[in-house]
Amino acid sequence: MNVSIILIILLFGALATYFAGDKLAKTVALVISLASFVASVAILNQHNAGISSDFIYKWISNPNIYLASKVDGLAIAMMLLTTALTTIIVWSSFANQFKNAKGFYALVLFMSFAMVGTFVSADAFLYYIFWELALIPIYFIALVWGNGDVEERKRAIVKFFIYTLAGSLFMLTAFIYLFSKAGSLLIDELYLLRLTEQEQFWIFGAFFLAYAIKIPIFPFHTWQANTYQLSPSVGTMLLSGIMLKMGLYSVIRWQLPLAPLAAKTYMNIFLVLSIIGVVYGSIVALKQHNLKKLLAYSSLAHVGLIAAGAYTLSLDGLRGAVLQMIAHGFVVVGLFFAAEIIERRLNTQEIAQMGGIRILDTKFASMFMIVMVASVGLPGTFNFIGEFSLLYSLYNVDIWYAVIGGTTIILGAVYMLKMFQNVMLGEANAKPFAAITLQESLVFVIIIAVLLFFGLYPKPINDLITPALQEIVAKINRV
Amino acid sequence: MNTLIAISILGVLTLIAEIFNGRKLIVPVAVVGLLGILGYTISPYNAYDFFFNNMMVVDKFSVAFSSLFIVITILLILLSHEFYKDVPSTISDFVAIKIFLLAGAVAMVSFGNLAMFFLGIEILSIALYVLAASKRLDLRSNEAGMKYFLMGCFASGIILFGITLVYGSTGTFDTIAIYQISHSTTFPLWFYIGLVMLLIGMLFKIAAVPFHFWAPDVYEGAPGLTTATMSTFAKIVAMAALFKLITILLPSKLYELDLTIVVVAALSMLVGNIMALRQNNVKRMFAFSGISHAGFMLSTLLISNNSANVLFYYATAYAVAGLAFFAVVLYVTKNKKHETIDAFNGLGKTHPLLALVMTASLLSMAGIPILSGFFAKFFLLNELVQANWLVLVIIAIIASIISVGYYFKIILAMYTKSSEEELPSVPMIYAVVAVLGLIINIGIGLAPSFIYDLLG
Repeated sequence: MNVSIILIILLFGALATYFAGDKLAKTVALVISLASFVASVAILNQHNAGISSDFIYKWISNPNIYLASKVDGLAIAMMLLTTALTTIIVWSSFANQFKNAKGFYALVLFMSFAMVGTFVSADAFLYYIFWELALIPIYFIALVWGNGDVEERKRAIVKFFIYTLAGSLFMLTAFIYLFSKAGSLLIDELYLLRLTEQEQFWIFGAFFLAYAIKIPIFPFHTWQANTYQLSPSVGTMLLSGIMLKMGLYSVIRWQLPLAPLAAKTYMNIFLVLSIIGVVYGSIVALKQHNLKKLLAYSSLAHVGLIAAGAYTLSLDGLRGAVLQMIAHGFVVVGLFFAAEIIERRLNTQEIAQMGGIRILDTKFASMFMIVMVASVGLPGTFNFIGEFSLLYSLYNVDIWYAVIGGTTIILGAVYMLKMFQNVMLGEANAKPFAAITLQESLVFVIIIAVLLFFGLYPKPINDLITPALQEIVAKINRV
Repeated sequence: MNTLIAISILGVLTLIAEIFNGRKLIVPVAVVGLLGILGYTISPYNAYDFFFNNMMVVDKFSVAFSSLFIVITILLILLSHEFYKDVPSTISDFVAIKIFLLAGAVAMVSFGNLAMFFLGIEILSIALYVLAASKRLDLRSNEAGMKYFLMGCFASGIILFGITLVYGSTGTFDTIAIYQISHSTTFPLWFYIGLVMLLIGMLFKIAAVPFHFWAPDVYEGAPGLTTATMSTFAKIVAMAALFKLITILLPSKLYELDLTIVVVAALSMLVGNIMALRQNNVKRMFAFSGISHAGFMLSTLLISNNSANVLFYYATAYAVAGLAFFAVVLYVTKNKKHETIDAFNGLGKTHPLLALVMTASLLSMAGIPILSGFFAKFFLLNELVQANWLVLVIIAIIASIISVGYYFKIILAMYTKSSEEELPSVPMIYAVVAVLGLIINIGIGLAPSFIYDLLG
């Protein structure tokens, strides 16, 4: 069995969902995403047994392009993250009534298809196609099913699209240049290239534009908050939970090994930019009145730290980045789901109009609290392990990076607790707040279980990703 | 050669059909006839033949492009069936003119003699003048026809002057003879002046900056189907002819010419896309978008490897997307005086299929993957990097980013606004052409080698 089975399940699943009609769409989508998750686990087992799940076919003979995959531990981890989160996200939306639901769920699965494709591709051209394809469904999800004023939403989402597309096109130029050097776009052949420092500088820069916009890294983050706020919750979860990991993953898989000299020479610039994002995101989050916007800025702060870890070029940094990518994926989906639950009941995203929910629904309050403390990196949760390794790797570069980067935990605790206090505690609101349903709490239970389990026992993920990351570090240090 | 004769006979037949009261048969007969001619054209695929003292040369290039032109003409004739429904008495004229247009186009890509080339270009142009002005009682159509006629004549005159200068310096119209002479002797200055004249005239025809001013006005004024013909069919015909002309006449790469083309291409890409941002009329917008695509196609002249392949792929992708685009536009703007973007409001809800086709065409033209437009741009940029024109690549990338801005205006209108008025039901034939365009678009995106390797 090779990894194309997951792509096939998701692609044809998207079609099946569309033709299942509005009533059945969500059930079909859930079954398909669950099937893709099961298939990912099967691939994982195969990988652990030492059997390769790669495929390679010739696609275009002139220029030389392949349909090829590289399924190492890193790709499998990301694939599992994508399929697991897609399942959770689809399930979390069961209480929502979408117009034209068949189109909506088909787009969600199609996006999942494109994202899995991005993570497993081993040919830069194929990778680029998946990378761009992921943009189309989220564009329509946010545009058609989003909330807020239509004109405002249009502006925000077109901005998001043009920003990301612009970055990607420069990445495409870099790939074309690499192709003219290597005569092939297979990742292993690109790794063999010996580029001059100047060439690496430009290639690194082109990649950086694409990834810095997608992740986003300061100062390319301006599309983020509005897009997160105005997308439907499912779209926000897809964007923050999985899609921005595409950028971080690409840094590790493509940018650093292909232009290591530039990465080493200018390391401090990228570390500083990433850390500015951490501090900036945290400070702006302190000032937010809109719950989804607050979460968006907190996400900006967290991914800034992840990017900084990746740019340290050390094994610890990369490992911390990958661990935190997974942890952040689950936590952020949990947080946005909590925001969605509140919005379903109170019909608002404004923090000022919430308050006192704990009195009305203690169960929800405690689950929200666990996810929230996980997001600030309380020891015992998965996020602690990620943030700890990231800060440790920064400390090895320079203590000040770790000190300033560490503010993400302190400031994170401040704005998160403040938010929790305003939203959940205090006087009971005049508005009624229906207790959360069994289905909603099950989604929370799954997310919390993952966060706590890997927080206490991260070894499986660690063992999975470390060999792949060692290989990448060796590629980075080859010159 | 026989292709040309068969096409001409078919054109005459459609005219005669009118006399014998066979109006209903015209479109089916023309389509079946063209399909037959298509098969006939493709069958001796690797042929390399000369006819009438080298007046016509049949090679891979001409066969491939002729086939593409025939396919586009078939789609255009299918659209005519619905478009001219209200004036049934004219259908034979319009179908016949389109077939003669095709004859001119075939002559333009299979010429072996500059006289033949000029004949081809005039057949094509005159047919287009007539089509542009064909809405006799509509002032805008008259204006468009007149403008196009004056500008076109001007361009034709310059081309003819260029041909005479080339003749004066070589003593022959025969392209093969010119090619041989060019490799043995050096030319006097006026050969190059003639070449520049030819280039200017052809840049007029493909509407590249700075010779693009006629395009938006003419496209806007002309009847919808004529705009479709001009912007998809005529543009790629002129581009293919220009390509053949330059590659045949020029002894070797000429740095000055390359530089000129870089400037013209870069300006076309930028001006076309920036001006398109400001347009509210779909046809004008498409005119400017076409100008930018002319810039892209023009840059194939800078490439040393696979240049004909890249041009052929780009032209196919552009034409297919353009035809699908116009199939929807013709339907949506059918009973409207002005073709503003508002006409598309709410199409995503009322006609999801047409909206899907439209979205795919626009995304293809913007260069979003899996659609053929992306591959066209990729192949082009790839070869441009190999040819060391990185500057032009960057400009092309910036132009593509700008283009997303206006392509998305239509997509936004379709999916975020709601329409006030009821649209009539979709004519079968428009839907067929639109879906056909979509299928070809995705098909040649999934298997690009099929088109890309045709010219070897």
